[in-house]
Amino acid sequence: MGSSADALRPALEVENLSVRFGQVAVLEHLSFTVPHGSALAIIGPNGAGKSVLAKALIGTLPFEGDIRWEENTKIGYVPQKLDIERDLPITGADFLDAKAAVARASQADVANLLELVGLKPEAAAKPIGALSGGQFQRLLVAAALVGRPTVLLLDEPTAGVDEPGQDSLNHTIERLRDERGLTILFISHDLSVVYQYATNVLCLSHGHVCFGAPRTVLTPQLLQELYGAPIGYHLHHDART
Amino acid sequence: MTLEPSAIALSIGAGAAAGLVGCFAVMRRMTLAADAISHIALPGIGVAILLRVHPILGGVAALLIGTLVVWGIENRTRLATETIIGVVFSTALAIGSLITSGEDLLEALFGGVGHLTLVEASLGLVVAVGVIVFVVRQRHRLVLALVSPEIAHTSGIDVPRLNLYFLLVFALTIALGLRYLGVLLVGSLVIIPAATAKRLARSLRGMLIISVAVSIASTTVGTLLSIALHRTPGSMIVLVAASFFLVSLVRRAGA
Repeated sequence: MGSSADALRPALEVENLSVRFGQVAVLEHLSFTVPHGSALAIIGPNGAGKSVLAKALIGTLPFEGDIRWEENTKIGYVPQKLDIERDLPITGADFLDAKAAVARASQADVANLLELVGLKPEAAAKPIGALSGGQFQRLLVAAALVGRPTVLLLDEPTAGVDEPGQDSLNHTIERLRDERGLTILFISHDLSVVYQYATNVLCLSHGHVCFGAPRTVLTPQLLQELYGAPIGYHLHHDART
Repeated sequence: MTLEPSAIALSIGAGAAAGLVGCFAVMRRMTLAADAISHIALPGIGVAILLRVHPILGGVAALLIGTLVVWGIENRTRLATETIIGVVFSTALAIGSLITSGEDLLEALFGGVGHLTLVEASLGLVVAVGVIVFVVRQRHRLVLALVSPEIAHTSGIDVPRLNLYFLLVFALTIALGLRYLGVLLVGSLVIIPAATAKRLARSLRGMLIISVAVSIASTTVGTLLSIALHRTPGSMIVLVAASFFLVSLVRRAGA
């Protein structure tokens, strides 16, 4: 349960963050703070560096500047794209067992998480390459939750999930935030989701950065500048295409 | 030639090790790398023969050094592993064939039938058990790193270090089969049983079990056939493994 004292404590402080690939700066002098127990939406057009930011935050990309996570932070990460062979004989259950073994979580936890994200045991018993886009995303969210993380970092968690499924996954994530005091960072193309669930929004667009509460920051003019077109045209992509 | 108990034990141990390591090598798409990586043993064998040291020791030393070189280049550049391995190991094969000559070269390339001492068999068994223990204990970490290095990283796994350990264990497995199969054929012992298992299995456990079974069957039946037919064990082991793969093709096609 998140208390008011918790809410004042930053879960993450980013200062002057720059990420370069050779001569090309993907992110430059980015600074923002994520309060404990809040939900930050990261938005921006394709190629603006959203996934690069996520990878820098988890520490798998070299960067300049400071990324300070709260002490004892445990991150549950849902990547955007996975390059998986369709005939790989690893089932959803194998994958969750592996995560549980490494995180020292119990089988009961795994079973609860499957129920929480709405993935049936029969689906989890299939090879991961044979799962539908939506089932696969649910599996990734369940895997991210194994081991009781304090932060969830989700790179388009509902990509490829049908609309009722998206709503239920988003509700589940919000419920977890409330119940477990989780801090959520999510990348999204769906502005209605950003309005509904985000405490703050960080927009990235080649040199143009904004940060603040969605209703204050996301003016029609800014969205036009960000995406170069009126909002509401972005389509969801299958996470594994 | 007769078959000694120590030789049977070693062919079972090496088979099990190759079957397990092969599963992760195949799933990590190291099929070509497995063949190429074994070539690095050749210059080591050549140098060992020149220095009158046991050839396998030279091969093992070269394999371990080669593995470290590949891992080092892979971590410092953005080159694909396949590219690095292609360059490093064909160079090794070229150097190896320059310094090894005649019958020694033929035996290094295709394996031999020489007598196995108790010390050789015991050392081989120790390595085989080490490889088996590594794969069984690290299988969960290997699965996470295979599906997503980022998820593995956020789960607290040092992925580059895990990759290095896997490559070293892989090199040791190649070394185990070097004597019987030779530089050119040893990669197939790691790859063919695992590729067969990948076609038949529907879960990780299934793949590991089928791969080990096919691998042990190939090393033992291949060795027995080589004695019965007076042929080199390497060719017979690979032919038996390849027949299992053919059966898996037919079975899956018919399934």
